[in-house]
Amino acid sequence: MCSRSITLAKNRLSPSHVSITGIQIRRLSDSAEKVRKTPLYNLHKKNGGKLVDFAGFLLPVQYSDLSVSASHLFTRSNASIFDVSHMLQTNVCGKDCVSWFESLCPVDLRGMQPGTGSLTVFLNEKGGIIDDLIVTKVMEDQLYIVSNAGRLEVDRQHMKETSDVFRKNGKDVTVNFWDVTERALIAVQGPKAASNLQSLTDIPLQDLTFMTSREGSVAGVNCRVTRCGYTGEDGFEISIPADKAESVTEALLESGDVRLAGLGARNSLRLEAGLCLYGNDIDENVTPVEAALTWLIAKRRRTDTNFPGSDVIMRQIKEGVSKRRVGIRMDTGAPARKDAVIKNVEGQNVGKVTSGCPSPSLGGNVAMGYVSEGLKKIGTELYVNIRGKDVPCKIAKMPFVPSKYYVKK
Amino acid sequence: MILQRYLVQVSKRCFTNNYVLQSNLKQSYCELRHRYSSKVKDRRFTDRHEWVIVENDIGTVGISSYAQESLGDVVFAQLPDPGTEVKEGDECGALESVKAASEIYSPVSGTVTEKNLEVEKKPALINSSCYDQGWLFKLKLSQPDELKELMTEADYDKFLKSDVDKDH
Repeated sequence: MCSRSITLAKNRLSPSHVSITGIQIRRLSDSAEKVRKTPLYNLHKKNGGKLVDFAGFLLPVQYSDLSVSASHLFTRSNASIFDVSHMLQTNVCGKDCVSWFESLCPVDLRGMQPGTGSLTVFLNEKGGIIDDLIVTKVMEDQLYIVSNAGRLEVDRQHMKETSDVFRKNGKDVTVNFWDVTERALIAVQGPKAASNLQSLTDIPLQDLTFMTSREGSVAGVNCRVTRCGYTGEDGFEISIPADKAESVTEALLESGDVRLAGLGARNSLRLEAGLCLYGNDIDENVTPVEAALTWLIAKRRRTDTNFPGSDVIMRQIKEGVSKRRVGIRMDTGAPARKDAVIKNVEGQNVGKVTSGCPSPSLGGNVAMGYVSEGLKKIGTELYVNIRGKDVPCKIAKMPFVPSKYYVKK
Repeated sequence: MILQRYLVQVSKRCFTNNYVLQSNLKQSYCELRHRYSSKVKDRRFTDRHEWVIVENDIGTVGISSYAQESLGDVVFAQLPDPGTEVKEGDECGALESVKAASEIYSPVSGTVTEKNLEVEKKPALINSSCYDQGWLFKLKLSQPDELKELMTEADYDKFLKSDVDKDH
């Protein structure tokens, strides 16, 4: 995990030391380097956003009008807008961009239709996950990538270095990063997201299925709209020119059934949806197979076996792994948080929690973590050690809350 | 929530008013009497946002309004069992919200005499009544002089102001 996530004191009740999404958020006053504002900074202030330093960006944990759990539940029943402008947006062009990208990720980008996207991962030579990201094949010679803010520098360097090598070999690929001052990204998530957005866009949203993307007008501004998200709900991510971000967001807020939501709700929503948080649930030391993301290794790529770490990953697919990411459910008690030790009924350590929180939708607690392969079966009864006490828990199916993606029928 | 925010603002200006508003009439009357009786000392605060109020060497401990608001809806409270010996600054319990886990540190040294079973059953009391029904545990003080090191309400208000201003 990056150094900026380390906290200093044990002054834990202070909001500046709140640990959301497992990443410890620093006091703003302790920030050595400059914390960056997103294009929606003024909107956050105006709406009572409680701003914290998250991966080097000033972002709201929540807004003053809703608690985290109320905001979470509002998203599940209506819709919420999240500022995700901190994420790295990258545009790639050139006729060799698909082969360049496939040299970094196990996705079958060649086989994807223009206008469609996929979740994938940058892999290192050992098959470890450098970052998870969404790639959209805009056209055969144009890609749009959204990756994590916490890995911004690593991702930039990785894409820059590999594309430089590609170009030196006479290939045509150019990588352009959008700075946060140039481009905003918002996520509109929830069952009412589509009706809310449809009132302001010329894109026919009934045709824009899950993981498809296109450009169109939103509140009179040309934006890129991708049907995806990080909550398990139907929803969209809208990439907006920075200077228009506030007006577009305000227009969406005015059209009803939608409220602003912060990082707090974003974390509990993604956990209920069984979605990984980079730095907690996945990192360079785990492979997609161990992370229960084997489906990210596309069929064609399994026969080509020319992605980074393919020897390790293909062996794991064939022979199995020793640990696996699982969902963990507790009906009552304190939630298991990151690093809590998981034990079997005999009291032996069998794994570790990577993230967890109370579940506003289900009651009780949800968590994910890694356990020995033999214990991954749903319903397995285990214990998790929370502040010295062994608390019973069960391996549970993920997503904990059924996903409601708008998929093609 | 709006009411709560209002109360927080009020509390920063005038703690007594806040108390009167938050409690029912009888409790606030008692509290006001306590405040002027010689047996009861003032509520003292730590920079970790716990408070303690001492009566006859028994301290009652809770978290401040600022702390409960920062933490959000508390869904689980783990409190120290009676008989537990704690030193000033010792971690002796935890509060959990959707947003975060926060350890509870004892503001003073002593032996725990009672924990608030109502709060264990209904942790939301910490949000709705942090200075009254949402108290966390009581302890018999072993080092009453430690109280002098803690902040008065006025000092704590000042501390909050400077701390919050720094952050925003």
